[in-house]
Amino acid sequence: MSAAEEVVAEGHQAVEAVPKRAMTLGTTTSLVVLAALLIVPLFAKNFIIFQLTMLLIYGLAVLALNILTGGSGQFSLGQSAFYAVGAYITAVLMEQFNINYALTLPVAGVICFGFGFLFGQPALRLSGVYLALATFALATAMPQLLKLNFLEHWTGGVQGLVVTKPDAPFGLPMGQDMWLYYFTLVVVLAIYIFSVNLLRSRSGRAFMAIRDNEIAASSMGVNVALYKTLAFGVSAGITGVAGGLSAIAVQFVAPDSYNITLAISLFLGMVVGGVGWLPGSFVGAAFIIFVPNIAEGISKGLSGAVFGVLLFLVIYLVPHGARQVAIVSQQLIGKFKKN
Amino acid sequence: MTQAQLAQGNSPLLAVRDVSVVFGGIVALNGVSFDMHKGQILGLIGPNGAGKTTLFNCLSRLYQPSSGDILMEGASILTRPPHRIAEIGIGRTFQNVALFPNLSVMDNVRVGTHARTSSDIISDSLRLAWIRRSEADVNKKVHEILAYLDLEDVAHNTVSGLPFGTQKRVELARALAADPKILLLDEPAGGLNHEEVYVLGDLIRRIRDDRHMTVLLVEHHMGLVMSIADHVVALNFGKKLAEGTPAQVQADPDVIKAYLGSKDQ
Repeated sequence: MSAAEEVVAEGHQAVEAVPKRAMTLGTTTSLVVLAALLIVPLFAKNFIIFQLTMLLIYGLAVLALNILTGGSGQFSLGQSAFYAVGAYITAVLMEQFNINYALTLPVAGVICFGFGFLFGQPALRLSGVYLALATFALATAMPQLLKLNFLEHWTGGVQGLVVTKPDAPFGLPMGQDMWLYYFTLVVVLAIYIFSVNLLRSRSGRAFMAIRDNEIAASSMGVNVALYKTLAFGVSAGITGVAGGLSAIAVQFVAPDSYNITLAISLFLGMVVGGVGWLPGSFVGAAFIIFVPNIAEGISKGLSGAVFGVLLFLVIYLVPHGARQVAIVSQQLIGKFKKN
Repeated sequence: MTQAQLAQGNSPLLAVRDVSVVFGGIVALNGVSFDMHKGQILGLIGPNGAGKTTLFNCLSRLYQPSSGDILMEGASILTRPPHRIAEIGIGRTFQNVALFPNLSVMDNVRVGTHARTSSDIISDSLRLAWIRRSEADVNKKVHEILAYLDLEDVAHNTVSGLPFGTQKRVELARALAADPKILLLDEPAGGLNHEEVYVLGDLIRRIRDDRHMTVLLVEHHMGLVMSIADHVVALNFGKKLAEGTPAQVQADPDVIKAYLGSKDQ
């Protein structure tokens, strides 16, 4: 647990220094990244495509946490619970009720929004590390709740559920993995754009005003309780959609896939990507997916220790994560252009 | 009676009626009453611990009075939660500057318009046409206020890096963005040098005249209060000590005693 608390403390400092203007990428960079995301899968093997799909999905979940923590200044170590609910809703609707996979995602999003909004009510009384602990409790409880006997008829209990992978529609000439990648990309891009809009809007300003100074926000007419719970709801809703997508991609849901390790991984992804910087969410997701593999490549027996060292290096060298790297390289490019 | 009062007749814009505040046995305010009339600059003075800030916090609904009432245009404000004070036209600044440090100057002032605009998270996420129109109006208004307070050069700067005096102006801009009828200023001269206090006094008077505002000025700086206030209320130990024009209050024997100590001591 002490490790988790340290992560929280680290995150807290990072929150202090997020100017709103630096929240997105420039137009040119966005187009290059988008082109890469569209083209790369055409030349990649199925396993790589699957990993890229998972990168987008985890990136979406980290983005959701970023809206909550970077935007409204509230911590959560319980994102795995919302992710689990989303995954199970999709799996159960697809397998038990034969509903189309694409239609299950909005259902997962809306239900998780409600769940997050309700959870945000008691969370109003807590802040900082105490809020992190309360959400931690949620993450700890979720796997066991999913195993409950009376739910077993739908959830498959400890066994979990196998999910059928969808084929490409309209006879499109692409494999299941590639279709799922492009499907995920469209969903993730749409949510990314909505999130950027949200944070730049009146509601987003209210979130950030609360993060910076609750009393001042309230005297400007911001309903602090409402916007804090809304931030929880939005974050949980997006996490639920990510969970739903993961159920389709992984083709399997089981209670123990959604434990506290997942929640801490998402938190880690947020810190590594840069708290409050939305594009960083996907860099953070790449870190939590690929760096454990790299660590295993370096030393099989000590992969955990190698991962720890790599993480330590990142935190030590770039405490503000990928956002810091982006700002520094932007300055370097600026200098280069002048010369 | 000041000119402002004569022009407005007898119905006050804001009325403080017999307000008392007790904190676990300590009486912070004891039956304080006074009226504020439209267009007035009312100075609230008193030594440390006199209850000025307590009264101020009652007006912005951070404290609940134990008894008494506060009426804005005849209606009690005491049933309103703190976030619904801005919409009835009460704006404030804070004693030690309470801005949103990680936001730009523009965004700070944009938050000031929160009570005068509306939106919901779905329309905001989709940037619907009516949201774009409303944001355009907000931007126009924010630019006008920034120009008025000479803050255009720093509009895109993050607030935390600005000098203290500038931050105070940003706070004023944020309060003005909510179109308040009454502006509550909590020790605006605190931390400013002699020259800056003089400029501030001028600015407060200008805001009152240009933007038709009523100002409650809670202040330690006697020179500032006496030079710009139309009407002064002096507090000591939670009670109203004296009330009147700056000259009357300054000459009041009780006020002199509270500030300088009595001859017997």
